[in-house]
Amino acid sequence: MQLELTLYAPEGSDYAASDLGFLLHKHPGHLHERDTAQGKVSIFFPKVSEAEARAVIYLDVDPVALVRGKNEQSDGLLAQYVNDRPYAANSLLSVALGRVIGQTMSGKSKDRQSLADRALPFRIRIAPVAVSGGIDVIEELFSPLGYEFDAKTLDDTGRRAVFDLDLTITARLSKILNHLYVLVPVLDNAKHYWIDKAEIEKLLAKGGDWLPSHPAKELIARRALKHRRSLVEQALERLSETIDEEVEEESAADTGEEKLEKPIRLHDLRLDTVRDAILAAGARTVLDLGCGEGKLIRRLIRERGIERVLGVDPSVRTLETAARRLHLDEAGDRLRERVQLQLGSLTYGDRRWQGFDAATLVEVIEHIDPPRLAALELSLFGDARPGMVVVSTPNRDYNVLFEGMAPGTLRHGDHRFEWTRTEFANWAGRVAATHGYATDIRPLGPEDATHGAPSQMCVFTREGAA
Amino acid sequence: MKISIPDFSLVVLIGPTGSGKSSFARKHFLETEIVSSDACRAVVSDDETDQAASGDAFELLRLTAGIRLRRRKLTVIDATSVQPRDRAELVQLARQYHALPIALVLNIDPDLCHERNQGRANRDFGPHVARNHSKALRRGLRGLQKEGFRQVHIMNAPAEVDALEITREPLWTDLRHDEGPFDIIGDIHGCFDELTDLLTRLGYDLDPYAPGESLLSARHPEGRRAYFVGDITDRGPRNVDCLRLVMGMCAEGSGHCVMGNHDFKLSKWLKGRDVKQTHGLDRTVAELSACSEAFRKEVSDFIYDLRSHAWLAGGRLVVAHAGLKAEMHGRGSAAVRSFAMFGETTGEVDEFGLPVRLEWAREYRGEADVVYGHTPTIEAEWLNGTLCIDTGCVFGGKLTALRWPERETVSIPAARQYSEPAKPLDHGSGRTAQQDHDRLLYFDDYARKQRIETRLGGTVMIPEENALAALEVMSRFAVDPRWLIYLPPTMAACPTAPEGPFLERPEQALDFYATRGVTDLVVEEKHMGSRALIVVARDADAAAARFGTEVGKAGVIYTRTGRAFFNDEALEAAVVARIGQAVGKAGLWDQLETDWLLLDAELMPWSAKAQELLRKQYYPTVAAARTSAEILIEALDAAQDIEGLESLRARAETRRANALAMGRTIEGYCWDASSIEDYRIAPFHILAAEGRVLTDRPHDWHMETLATLCAADPILRTTGWRRIDPSSEADRKAVIDWWLDHTGAGGEGMVFKPNTFVVKGEKGLIQPAMKVRGRDYLRIIYGPDYDLPENIERLRKRGLMRKFSLADREFRLGLEGLSRFVERKPLRQIHECALGVLGLESEPVDPRL
Repeated sequence: MQLELTLYAPEGSDYAASDLGFLLHKHPGHLHERDTAQGKVSIFFPKVSEAEARAVIYLDVDPVALVRGKNEQSDGLLAQYVNDRPYAANSLLSVALGRVIGQTMSGKSKDRQSLADRALPFRIRIAPVAVSGGIDVIEELFSPLGYEFDAKTLDDTGRRAVFDLDLTITARLSKILNHLYVLVPVLDNAKHYWIDKAEIEKLLAKGGDWLPSHPAKELIARRALKHRRSLVEQALERLSETIDEEVEEESAADTGEEKLEKPIRLHDLRLDTVRDAILAAGARTVLDLGCGEGKLIRRLIRERGIERVLGVDPSVRTLETAARRLHLDEAGDRLRERVQLQLGSLTYGDRRWQGFDAATLVEVIEHIDPPRLAALELSLFGDARPGMVVVSTPNRDYNVLFEGMAPGTLRHGDHRFEWTRTEFANWAGRVAATHGYATDIRPLGPEDATHGAPSQMCVFTREGAA
Repeated sequence: MKISIPDFSLVVLIGPTGSGKSSFARKHFLETEIVSSDACRAVVSDDETDQAASGDAFELLRLTAGIRLRRRKLTVIDATSVQPRDRAELVQLARQYHALPIALVLNIDPDLCHERNQGRANRDFGPHVARNHSKALRRGLRGLQKEGFRQVHIMNAPAEVDALEITREPLWTDLRHDEGPFDIIGDIHGCFDELTDLLTRLGYDLDPYAPGESLLSARHPEGRRAYFVGDITDRGPRNVDCLRLVMGMCAEGSGHCVMGNHDFKLSKWLKGRDVKQTHGLDRTVAELSACSEAFRKEVSDFIYDLRSHAWLAGGRLVVAHAGLKAEMHGRGSAAVRSFAMFGETTGEVDEFGLPVRLEWAREYRGEADVVYGHTPTIEAEWLNGTLCIDTGCVFGGKLTALRWPERETVSIPAARQYSEPAKPLDHGSGRTAQQDHDRLLYFDDYARKQRIETRLGGTVMIPEENALAALEVMSRFAVDPRWLIYLPPTMAACPTAPEGPFLERPEQALDFYATRGVTDLVVEEKHMGSRALIVVARDADAAAARFGTEVGKAGVIYTRTGRAFFNDEALEAAVVARIGQAVGKAGLWDQLETDWLLLDAELMPWSAKAQELLRKQYYPTVAAARTSAEILIEALDAAQDIEGLESLRARAETRRANALAMGRTIEGYCWDASSIEDYRIAPFHILAAEGRVLTDRPHDWHMETLATLCAADPILRTTGWRRIDPSSEADRKAVIDWWLDHTGAGGEGMVFKPNTFVVKGEKGLIQPAMKVRGRDYLRIIYGPDYDLPENIERLRKRGLMRKFSLADREFRLGLEGLSRFVERKPLRQIHECALGVLGLESEPVDPRL
C-alpha cells in the first residue's frame, strides 16, 4: 500500500514544490527506509521540480507477523484467513505515518515552518485502499472537508471494493495528514487496532478540531471504534452534548432498514401498538420472542399491570446489550423478578415458555427461513400455547413506496422473506386454524390507499382463553 | 442380631444424645454415606453444638442427603431423630427419591447416655437432655412402622448395639445382573390361543395342553426367557389357561412377570375384598369361581410375589406394566409401584370417561430402554427409548413381543375381537410416534455443557459456550434438523515439510501412516469446491417415511455447517433428482437394499457457494496485492536512479507475479454455473444407507462403487484414486509424482486415508484422513507471498496437535450421530452429535490447517 503526496507550485508562487522534502524532513535524493511494527516503510521522491514534487510512502506489511502478532486478539480467527489487509491501506498505514512523519503531522518543519503553516495545493493518492460502502462513503467522508476526489475501482466485487483514490485540496499538510490518519481506517471499516479507551483519546486528538462538526461524525465514530457500543456512546457524548437519543440506539446492523423506514419512525409505532394490544387484552405475563436489545421490554416494564416479562433472543451478545440497556445488573430484586432474559431459539421448542398470557414476535418471523417456520408454529402455538400471540412483520406491498429500494429486494440483509398482506393473512389463518386460535389482523403504520401500511400485525387469541 | 437392608435406602439412626449413634454409624457404613447433624452444624456455624444453627444445619442435611438419594446412593442420617416431626421430614425425603426408609433405633438407658456425654468435650449438658430424648423416643417407638419406615430394628442395650450385623442386598426390583436375552410379551388379557402362537413363533417349546388346573409351561431351547408385562387376565376368553401357562413358566424359570393393574385388582378379589367386577374382571371371576380353592390360593400367592417393575441388564432395560420414569428405575416406593402399574394421570377424565394420562414417554431422557404395555395402541413404536407393546390383542388388534436386546418386534394378530374398547385405538399420523415427537426439538436439552459418549471410544465434551454458539448458528441458518443426520469432521493437515519451497508434501503423510503401521493406504484427489452432504431418497414418499419430513422433497443438499447448499429450492430438487436417477441407474438402491443414501461429496465450482467469500475476501486480496505491486513499480519507473530502488523493484516484481499466480489459481476453481449442467459433484463416501453406516466398508469399496454411480450422469465427477503401501519405495515414488503433476496443474491436493475407514492404534484412533495441499493452492490459504523464503520459514512453525485432536473428536461424533440415526434413535440424540460437531468447530484452531 502506498500514499503519494504531490505538492504543486503554480507559476509565480513564492515557494518551490521541491520544498516538500523539507516539509517531510526527508532528502528527496535518497531512499529512506525504516522498519516499524507495521512493516517496512520506504520513502522516495519519483518527481522533484520547482513546479511539482511527489513523495511516495510505501508500507510493506509483513503478512506473517500480521497474523501472528497482537492483532490476533482483536479480530479472532478471521484474521488468519487470507485478506487484503497486508496490501490495501488501512489503520496500519495510519499508524506507520505517525511513526515516520510524526513531526510533519504535528505541523512542524525545521527549515520551512512558514510553509508548514500555510494552505498549499496538494494531490494525494492512496492506493490500493479498501472502501466499505464504495464511492458514497468516500464522498460522505471527504467532501465536507473540502476535498475533490477521483476514485477508480480496482475490482468490481461489490460491498468491499478496492480503490485507487485521488484527492486534491489546498490545505495545510498537517491537517491533510490528520484527516487521513482518522479517515483511512474508517474507509476500510474492518477489524484493526482501535480497541480500547486510549484509542478514543487518539481519535479525539487527531479529529478534535474538525470531527465535531463533520456531518458523518457518527459513522466515523462507529467505524473507528469497531462497533463497540459503549465506546461509541462515550465518544459521541464527548464530541457533542446534544445527541439524538434514537440515533444512539440504532445498532449498526439495522441501519439499512432503519434508514428506509426512518421518516415515519415505524419501529416506535410498532412497539407502542404491540404494547397497547397486550395491555388491552389484560395480559400480565409476556414472552417477548426475539427481544433484541429490549425496546419492547422497556415499554412493558413501565406498565403496572405487567407482572413478568421473559425476553428471548438467540444471540448472547444481543442479550448482554439488552441487560445493559435495561440496567438489569444494578436492578433490585423486584425488577429482576419482573424481567428476565434468556437465550433461546425460535426453531426449537422450549419448556420455559409454558404458561404465559401473551407472546410477541415483533419483526422476527421474517428472519426465519420459510421451511423452518413450521418449527416455530409447533413450539409456540402448539407447545407453549400462550393466551395470545402478537406477530408483526413487514408488508411487502408497501415496499414500492420506499424511495431508493430496488424492486425485488428486501428491507434488511437478514430478511428471509417479506410477505404481502394476502400471504400474511393466509399464513395467520392456517396457523390459527391448526392450533385453535382466533385472528385479528391490523395494519401497522400510516396506510396508503393502494399498498396498505408499511407493517402488518396479527393478534392471535387462543380459543377458550379469557 | 443379623439384619439385611436394601443397598439403596435411607437409614435413619434414632437415639438420644450419647447413645452411640456416631460410632455405630462409622462401624457399619462408609464415612461418605453418613450425613450427620453435628457435622452440618459445624459446617454452617463452626460449632457442632450450636443449637441456634440447627435450622440451617438441617437444611444442609436434607440437601446433602437429597442429592445423594437422587444419585441412588445409600445414605445414613446421624441425628437424634427422636421427634416424630423430624422423622416425618426424613421419611418424606426418602419418598421423594423413592428410597426405602429404614429405622435403626438405639434405645439406650438415658443415664448411661449422660455418663458417656460427661466424658466428651462440648457435651457438658445436664442429665435431663438425654432423659428427655429418651422419653420422646420411647413414646414414638411403636408408631415407627406407621410413620412409613419399611424396616424398624430396635436395640435396647449397648450389648445389642455391639452385636448387630448388617448385610446389604439389592432391591427386589434390581435385577441388573440378569442380562437376558428376553422376549418381552405385551398384555395378554386371556388371549390364550394368540399367546401360544406367539410363544411358538418366538421359538419356545410348549408342553402339550392338558385341561384342568395343573400348571402349563414352555421353554426356549436357547435359554431365552419370556418377560410378561402383566395384565394376564380379564376381558378375554381363556383367563385361567393364561394364568396356568404364565405361572408355569415363572415357576420353571423360563418366564418372568411384572404386575399389571388387572393382576392387582384380581389379587384383591382373590383375598376376598370387595371389588367392582368391571373392565372384564367378571370373566376371570367366572372362570376362577369354577376352580378349586387351592388353585385360587396359588394364583393369589403368585400375584402377591410379582415385582412392580424389573430393572435389568446392567440398567439398560426396564420392564414395567405402565412404563416408568427414569428417576424411578430400580427404586422403591408406593409412588413407583403405582406408576409402574397405573401410570401417572392428571386426575382429569377424557370424553370416554378414561383418565387423562401424562405423556411421560415424551419427556423420557433415561439411558434404559423401557418396555411396557397398559395403553393399547395400533402399532408398537419406539419413542425416546420407550416402547409400548400393548397392541390391543383382546380388542381385536394383535399380541406383540419384543426380542431384546435385538429390539425386534414379533406379533400375532388376534383371532377376533373379544371385547369392545372404551375408546378407539389411536391412529397415527402416517409418521412413527418417534417422528411425530421429533418434529420439535427442545432448546433446553442442549443449552448447557454437553458430554457425548461415542461408540468409537471416549466421551466428547462440548463446553457450554460452544454449545450455545452452535445453537445460534443452527437456529439461524441450518436446514430442518430431521435432515441433518451428520456433519462432517474437519480433516488434519499433514505434518509440515521441513525445508524447500513446499509447505506440504506427500512424504510427510506417507511417513505419518507408515510409522503407525498402516500399510494399506488409499490416496484420493481432493477437489476444490464446497463440501456437500447429499441426502437422496428413491422418491419423496421414501424420504418422508424415513426422515419424517412433510415437505415433499426427495432429499436435501447441505453444507458442512448444516446450511442449505442451494438457496433455490427448485435447483436443489433438480440436483437431488439427477443424483437419485443415477443411483437407480447404477443399481445401488437394490445393491445396498435401501431407499435412501447419505453421500459425502465436493460440489464444484467453488464459486457456486463461495461467491460471497470470493467477492468480499479473495478478489479484493488479489486486486490489492497486484495493484500494490504495480503502482509501486509505476512510481519506481518515474524515479531517478537512486541507490536501493533496484532491490525494492525486484521485490515488487515478485509480489506482482505471486498475486497473478493466486488470481490464476482462484480462476481455475471458478466458472459460471447458470444451469444444472454446469455443476460437478464428486462424491467420495457413501456414508449411510438403511440399516447401516457404511464406514464398515473400506475406502476402495467406496471409490469403486461411486465410480459406477458417477458413470451414470455427467454432472457427477469421478475422483482419481490409488491404493498404495506407504512403505513401498515404488508406491511412494508413483504417488509423489502423481501429486506433483496434479497440484502443478492447479489441483488442490490429495487426501491420504487408511483403506480401512476406522483404524484404532495404540493410543486411540489413527487420523482417518490427512490432506496434502498443493503449493499454488496454498496461496489461497496463506496469502500470495507465503512461499517467499522469509515467510515460509516462519510458517513452518505451525502447531498441528489441536487440529489433529479436533479432527479426531469430530470424526467420532459424526459417526456416533450417524449410527444413532441408522438405529432409529430419538432425533434429540442424533441432533446432539450434529450440534456437537458445530460446537467444536467454534474452538480456536488455526483455520488455515
